[in-house]
Amino acid sequence: MDFIPNTESDREEMLKVIGVDTVSDLFGDIPSSLLTGGLRIPSGLSEMEVKDLLRKISEKNRTEFSSFLGAGSYRHFIPSVVNHIISRSEFYTAYTPYQPEVSQGMLQAIYEYQTMICSLTGMEVANASMYDGASALAESCIMAANITKKKEILISNSVHPDYREVVRTYCEAHGFSLVEIDFMDGVTSVNKLKAKISDKTAAFLVQSPNFFGCIEDLHKIEQIVHSYGALLNVCVVEATSLGVLKSPGSFGADIVVGEGQGLGNSVSFGGPYLGVMATKKKFVRHLPGRIVGGTTDKEGRKGYILNLQAREQHIRRERASSNICSNQALNALAATVYMSSLGKNGLRNVTSLCLQKAHYLYNSLLEAGAEVVFSAKFYNEFVVRVENAKKFNLELLNNGIIGGLELGKYHASLLDCMLFCVTELNTREDMDKVVDIFRNLG
Amino acid sequence: MKLIFEKSREGRCGVSLPELDVPLRKGLLDSELVRDELDLPEVSEVDVIRHYTKLSCRNFGVDSGFYPLGSCTMKYNPKVNEDVSRYSGFIDCHPLQPYNQGCLKLMYHLEKMLCEICGMDAFTLQPAAGAHGELTGLMIIKAYFSDKGEIRSKIITPDSSHGTNPASISMCGFETVQINSDDKGQVDIGELKEVLDSNVAAVMLTIPNTLGIFEEDILEITRLVHDNGSLVYMDGANMNALLGYVKPGDMGVDVMHLNLHKTFSTPHGGGGPGAGPVGVKRDLSKFLPNPSIVLNDDIYEFSNSSKSIGKVRAFYGSFGVMVKAFSYIRALGSEGLRKVSENAVLNANYLKERLKGDYNLPYDSLCKHEFVLSDEGLPNGVATLDIAKRLLDYGIHPMTVYFPLIVKGAMMIEPNETESKETLDNFVDVMKKIRVEIDNNPSLVLEAPSNTVVKRLDAVKAARELNLTYKRE
Repeated sequence: MDFIPNTESDREEMLKVIGVDTVSDLFGDIPSSLLTGGLRIPSGLSEMEVKDLLRKISEKNRTEFSSFLGAGSYRHFIPSVVNHIISRSEFYTAYTPYQPEVSQGMLQAIYEYQTMICSLTGMEVANASMYDGASALAESCIMAANITKKKEILISNSVHPDYREVVRTYCEAHGFSLVEIDFMDGVTSVNKLKAKISDKTAAFLVQSPNFFGCIEDLHKIEQIVHSYGALLNVCVVEATSLGVLKSPGSFGADIVVGEGQGLGNSVSFGGPYLGVMATKKKFVRHLPGRIVGGTTDKEGRKGYILNLQAREQHIRRERASSNICSNQALNALAATVYMSSLGKNGLRNVTSLCLQKAHYLYNSLLEAGAEVVFSAKFYNEFVVRVENAKKFNLELLNNGIIGGLELGKYHASLLDCMLFCVTELNTREDMDKVVDIFRNLG
Repeated sequence: MKLIFEKSREGRCGVSLPELDVPLRKGLLDSELVRDELDLPEVSEVDVIRHYTKLSCRNFGVDSGFYPLGSCTMKYNPKVNEDVSRYSGFIDCHPLQPYNQGCLKLMYHLEKMLCEICGMDAFTLQPAAGAHGELTGLMIIKAYFSDKGEIRSKIITPDSSHGTNPASISMCGFETVQINSDDKGQVDIGELKEVLDSNVAAVMLTIPNTLGIFEEDILEITRLVHDNGSLVYMDGANMNALLGYVKPGDMGVDVMHLNLHKTFSTPHGGGGPGAGPVGVKRDLSKFLPNPSIVLNDDIYEFSNSSKSIGKVRAFYGSFGVMVKAFSYIRALGSEGLRKVSENAVLNANYLKERLKGDYNLPYDSLCKHEFVLSDEGLPNGVATLDIAKRLLDYGIHPMTVYFPLIVKGAMMIEPNETESKETLDNFVDVMKKIRVEIDNNPSLVLEAPSNTVVKRLDAVKAARELNLTYKRE
């Protein structure tokens, strides 16, 4: 199957117009020593065969299990409308909307997305999306360094380990120094933050709810960070938490980044996801990535364009605010449709289900003998300590359940601690089963 | 058209959820943590569907019509790829779960096929887009020299390079050294020799370049660069011209990225998601982002290298995009991939030949997958932007305009292998018609577009009176 419409006779006519005899003449400018004889790749397949092959590969994964994994990738119910809209090929086969007259659909959808993100995060401006939450957090360091003209980044150790690693990679490339602030009782140690922050600090990076599901004391952190003239960059990885929790903006965050996957995008083995990025209006010219703005045409009709392009790489080349070019438009569209479908009441309903069910499982596990690890409030992820996390998870797997994430490999002090994530998809029956299995471990 | 917020009516909701099946507990969160306002639209399911369907009708994709956008490879996106990428075994697989052998197997074999296509020894699938791949590749180059205890701070790139190249160079803490193209539109070897010194980490090239021209002296270029102890980076955005014909690794390329959303048709998604895998030669593979995937006794496993640059995004990359690229490559097979490039190059040369009498062609040589026209010499004040806008009236998406910067009023045209001769002929007819309009009725072109849902939009006003979110009156 090759999706090429031209026939042999079409090709001959075209070659005649060009004035060459064969197609290989068109490759005559390539040194002959470079021309390869062919590729060692299997022969082509028909559509039926492709479907069969991919189905068989997909079935080597097991996705029928009930799961309690979160940690940066969130299982939520996705209403049917979402996939129907993102399957409209006028959207998914389009390029970046550089020609606004024929791209009003995507441009308006992104404008709506930006508005919803500002509403969730409590910020004034949002961009059209970033690659994912982790790279958005890393980009927020560059943005903070440009704004403050400082080169030291502080990051809480309670931030998702992948996110910390991405931040470290970017900081190394940029020559920023990166200082990690330990956590205490599951949240950023305020004393350690006070000890390390200085007037050289560009920004402090904190995630809330953090990697352990604990809600950070953003009020206290904000006072410390701003008293040193640094920026407060808050990262939200479980985006639905913003349906119930106060926005980072209301605590005085300067830049809010996050992972928007939980808003209508599937877990999809880690990607493609949706990097969220929002800030205060006064920093808009430092914001990386695409930004859609409203304007009018010469007849006064409302319309939307990619705004402030002078910040971007295709205009400013080496002086651009970032090298970023692609965004995650289709994932942003999915989030927009998701948020529109749920609306104010639906999203509150989702968050309430997550909150209630997570606390039900937490309390049931504690009653059955699991240990409390952290005392902070949480939304839908929590940590408990058990006698043997590995054994517990194996037993759950034997019963068709994927249990919590074992934290020992991330933090040695958290051996036999497990991070459970509960969403509206987890039923009481499954949770009771988890607790029963735990009880019977002996 | 109204915004979704303007269609909101209090009390409406487009989704129903199950009842809470555990006892309700109050006061789980302190009141100072809980928000009172949540400003989202309240609309019904049918409102949502009609609103976004209407928006989709105000958008133009490859499925809507011809899309000869240069350097973007807007080829047809096979529907089977969309279907297989939505199999539950893929989309419902959590990145941290056990029983993930299907995902790992697919990634492992995709990596191997990309190595074979490009003549590289290892690939990482982690980068989320082309520019992200560039950044990753440059970080690898930086790590390579720092591992050798060498400090090299400069990267050479031609004036015809994609804008992301110099931007990525800066983001990685390198300094850009720009060299000019010669009168054939290729790297000026003399100038290259002048700037190659012990401070040069790499030369970053796009092949074929953004004029659609293959660097004839590529072997000489890569030899010079290697003799200087520097590395060669290839921007693989234009790989659609070379599949099954030339392997970049054979040319002496050390590091490169691909754009799965271009060459491997995964599609563009209205701006993303894409994927920008990075390939390297053996010596550099230990610097690739963690984790890589290895095969041990029929089990696919993650593996970490202590010399890795680290991670460039959470988890492992745009997996859903990888599924489509894998499916595409397996559908085409080795012969199909070669036919892609043959037909892409044939279509581009055919269009070039048929248009060069009507428009200025600054570099009249054999082209690969694309070529560049100029607005030089057009009468009546008509410029490239006007031609682009007039194409919209004829239902054709414009070419890439004003790029590369080395051509005045550049019109960069990439027709792709998935377009038929009739489609190309129709494009030629339209371009010739516009050329006549420029002479006889220039206002038609200068004031275009006239039949789109909006006319030319005021960018100056947009920047001056920032309106980036909807505010309720």
